Amino acid sequence: MKSKTRKNIVRYKWLYIMMLPGMIYLLINNYIPMAGLVIAFKKVNFQTGIFQSPWCGFENFKYLFRTKDAWIITRNTILYNLVFIILALVVSLALAIFLSEIRNKKLRSFHQACVLIPYIISYVVVSYLVYAFLGTNGLVNKGILIPFGGKPVNWYMESKYWPFILVFVNTWKNAGYASVMYLATILGFDDSIFEAATLDGVTAWQKIRYMTIPLLKPTIITLTMLNIGRIFYSDFGLFYQVPQNSGAILQATNVLDTYVYRGLLELGDISMSSAAGLYQAVVGFVIIIAANLIVRKISPDDAIF
Amino acid sequence: MYLKVKRQITLYGVIKNIFLWFFSLCCLIPFLLLIISSFTEDKSIMQYGYSFFPKKWSLDAYIYLFSQGGKIIHAYGISVFVTVLGTLMGVSMTLLLAYPLSRKELPGRNILSFLVLFTLLFNGGLVPSYIMWATVFHMKNTIWALLFPNLMVKAFFVIMARSYFQSSIPLEILESGRIDGASEGKIFSKIVLPLTKPLIATLVLFIGLSYWNDWNNGLIYLTDSSLYSIQNVLNEMIKSIQALSSMGGIASSRVALPSNTVRMAIAVVGTLPLLIVYPFLQKGFVRGIVVGGVKG
Repeated sequence: MKSKTRKNIVRYKWLYIMMLPGMIYLLINNYIPMAGLVIAFKKVNFQTGIFQSPWCGFENFKYLFRTKDAWIITRNTILYNLVFIILALVVSLALAIFLSEIRNKKLRSFHQACVLIPYIISYVVVSYLVYAFLGTNGLVNKGILIPFGGKPVNWYMESKYWPFILVFVNTWKNAGYASVMYLATILGFDDSIFEAATLDGVTAWQKIRYMTIPLLKPTIITLTMLNIGRIFYSDFGLFYQVPQNSGAILQATNVLDTYVYRGLLELGDISMSSAAGLYQAVVGFVIIIAANLIVRKISPDDAIF
Repeated sequence: MYLKVKRQITLYGVIKNIFLWFFSLCCLIPFLLLIISSFTEDKSIMQYGYSFFPKKWSLDAYIYLFSQGGKIIHAYGISVFVTVLGTLMGVSMTLLLAYPLSRKELPGRNILSFLVLFTLLFNGGLVPSYIMWATVFHMKNTIWALLFPNLMVKAFFVIMARSYFQSSIPLEILESGRIDGASEGKIFSKIVLPLTKPLIATLVLFIGLSYWNDWNNGLIYLTDSSLYSIQNVLNEMIKSIQALSSMGGIASSRVALPSNTVRMAIAVVGTLPLLIVYPFLQKGFVRGIVVGGVKG
């Protein structure tokens, strides 16, 4: 048995060598920084260098959780992500199912190209677009509100609108991409059972309810689980660029990622930033483990590890 | 025999079409506004706001861009360089990592797969990565800062590629290659790769897109604006508008800042290459996506 394993390893030498560049990249880019999480327990002193800096236990965390920021950024991160996950799932599933049913090939590629445009545009350009709609000279103020006798709104100063704006922009930007993931799976289904169902008089709704969705279940669970794994992370572009880093609406737009970034590069507060970073990493990890345990109970085949 | 399915208007069909057209137009229209406003006279934006039907059309923004071309063309060159090199390296590394993981008989495969998956579940975050790339690898203010951090190999794409290999490369073909005495390297390059074109199209699109559109690395690692990619230049222009609005109206009339339309024009020019490349990849790339089980 042992010698067989060794023989296999020799036989597969090339396969291991092939994996090296990618593995080394992941080791450097993803694994080494994990060790750096210990900075959260240090009082960083640039004179002595980070690794020589003295330990300070949970001092940084005490400081982080004493501010009311910790509560706001946690609440924002989780609530936004929950809404994003649910909305993106519904919208992208609907898009994928509808796209797959278009018989006309040209029309399908037209719609497919359209729904992917937002995904292709970078968040910097998205923030220009949002500004073109919501800025002081924006279309919404000058083209809609004023001509119809309304008062112009200073969108970038009023935090109450931003939950809706961010949810809309996020769905707009990502639903097309997610729908292509589902579409690819749907197009791989065996057409004949769907045709047979049509001939048997099964209605469109019934087909979706009893055939498409059950068949898509593994894909839905995989993608949703991966999203849940990211529930403590947010798209930096969406929360930093789109609100144009406006201080007045931080209440509604500050999330863990923007908080860590501002702490590190705008305030130079490494200790606090790394404490927030560790908090993000650990709680995010606990959530994905819990979600996976639940999935393993319900349908073991779809658990991701 | 032809089966004729009667085309009748159903509630389902109506909802379906309304939903599709609504979403498609929502995606298309803002993009049209971007293009139209880049061809609008700056004054009419200041006066009447952004509009689909500008009072006055103008090519000023583009004329300004070409006269000031140096900075833009330079940034363009950096974007192209980073995107081409990054995509080339990223796609190759992803394929080379995913293929062995797709081979069920490979010893140690489960552990290696988990090591890849784990990077999706847990990470060190911004602070340690920043310290590592900046102090250990000295990438601050070098072009490599746009290339290496974060973008090259992503676990999600590795898992997707692995699922593709598993579902699209018949085991018999691999077996026959082995019986003919081909080495694993030869089997991969001569048999597997030619069957992988849709996957390659998908990876080129996704990884290329993340390189072309990335402004994050530039924001974090660059202070030297001569290394800015086109996205960083765009980002810089938003910041100057932010500075302007915090200074108040009076200062703005004295300081010459990039006008509204020039920003839109750069955004159009910055998005253009993607719109040109997309149609060529569109056919292949949906077939290249296989979202299988993560466990594999």
